[in-house]
Amino acid sequence: MSLVRPFDKLPTLNSAAILLVGTDESQQQQLAEAILKEKKNFKINIHVATSLPLPAERDHIRPRIDLIAFMINMQSKHSLRNVEASLSHMDANFFLGKVCFLITGVGRMNHCSVEMNAVRKLGNLYCSPVLFCELDSEGIRVATAQRLLRMLQICAGHMPGVSALFFSSLMKSSIDE
Amino acid sequence: MDTPDSGGMTPLGRKTAETGINFTSTTRFSRGLTFIRTHTLFGQSPTRRIIPQTSLLQENVDPQKIAFLLRKQWTLYSVTPMYKFSYGNLKEYSRLLSAFVAAEKQKGLAVEVGNDLGIKVTLSTLLGLKGTDQDQVAVLVQIASRSQLPFENAENKVVWSGWFCCISGDDLLESVPEDFTCLSLFLANGAESYTAIVGSWFQKTFDCYFSRLTISPLNLAWMAAMWTGCKVDSHMAATELVFSVPCIPQSLDISYAIHSEDAKALWDTVQKTPGEVTQEEVNLFMDCLYSHFHRHFKIHLSATRLVKVSTSIASAHCDGNIKILHSKHLIGVLTLLTELAISQIQ
Repeated sequence: MSLVRPFDKLPTLNSAAILLVGTDESQQQQLAEAILKEKKNFKINIHVATSLPLPAERDHIRPRIDLIAFMINMQSKHSLRNVEASLSHMDANFFLGKVCFLITGVGRMNHCSVEMNAVRKLGNLYCSPVLFCELDSEGIRVATAQRLLRMLQICAGHMPGVSALFFSSLMKSSIDE
Repeated sequence: MDTPDSGGMTPLGRKTAETGINFTSTTRFSRGLTFIRTHTLFGQSPTRRIIPQTSLLQENVDPQKIAFLLRKQWTLYSVTPMYKFSYGNLKEYSRLLSAFVAAEKQKGLAVEVGNDLGIKVTLSTLLGLKGTDQDQVAVLVQIASRSQLPFENAENKVVWSGWFCCISGDDLLESVPEDFTCLSLFLANGAESYTAIVGSWFQKTFDCYFSRLTISPLNLAWMAAMWTGCKVDSHMAATELVFSVPCIPQSLDISYAIHSEDAKALWDTVQKTPGEVTQEEVNLFMDCLYSHFHRHFKIHLSATRLVKVSTSIASAHCDGNIKILHSKHLIGVLTLLTELAISQIQ
């Protein structure tokens, strides 16, 4: 049982690692492929897991995780519970911008089993951006992959002058004005 | 989480407190239409619902008519407010609607002049179906056809019925202008073709819009929790939940039936305030049922979609079909459905 820590390993030159956590493996695969197809000038490692904690055996070969994206499917309450359980196995330093929530399945309102309040509360509680994306549609998947890639670059420190702490400005919602 | 000291995070700290206040203030939808439009975000369901204690006990209730509404499968529609609908002209409307239905039915058929298809439409009011005094009186539409054979008695057999109602909808529809009548919920039983014809007549005459009311799994879970908690004196049928598992090539349906006494006992331990149901209680109730199922069958029902709920009081399907079994809880069920219809219109 190893706690995922953001700063306990040295970064590798010109590379970044992202971890996707969620119950739907095929969706994770598709998103990972979309991220790999994007044009980028650094090496990227995509790790995929159904839940945290990650197994301790491979901890020494694992690179430093720069961004963790939790995938929640609004049509399955199980995915929300899984993510909530995984969140307790993370080091608190991750929540300084290195975590984001990807919410899929909102398009079909009649099939939603998770209420919107729960998801918003999760985002507020863990101070992390909540991105709504319909990963079933090709165009939105490509757009999400581009967003994640950009966030990953910032989290891995490849952008001088921009730090992951700035992502809190992504969370200002126009509804609350 | 504590707000960190850095300047970039302080606005977030303030926002969290405001969001907390926002959640509790939207529960009691006591503001007008415009407020709801700006503040109801998609999919937001109330965190708390009051179980209405009103029942049908009003003097001019016709028990036969009410019994007619029970134990039938009704298809649900939500209706936008109707323009210049007047209760005084019901006879006139019946006449016009009969002519319209007859004309639609005869379209494309070569029929002799003077042949009477024998279709008669009646519009009447259903007294007693009101949550509060400001609610509009419910309207019942029935299509009866006379049998064609000359030997049989000319009895009218009801082939289609539909009724409009709006129970306790005044909270949500305060700022509706004068000429509009809000009868937001429409229930239909009978052939789909008649529903389409009647619907299009109402839409043309009163400039309203009918749309099919589908029930999301979230709302079905609310119904399961609220209806399990209701006391039923006579025979209690088992509480049954049907889940749909998306599988290729054909979807799989899981039916989970619970003895109603056990379900009620579970709900009694979960519910804290009698007469009020919160979202957390509904979630806890459903989670208990899911974990019980998981312990026995190792299947995560929370990863499936709830499609049908049947309790001793009523049964509801996600496609918008409902069957109400007890007159005592008719108003309670209709209040919830009216709320869903109004939130769909908005």
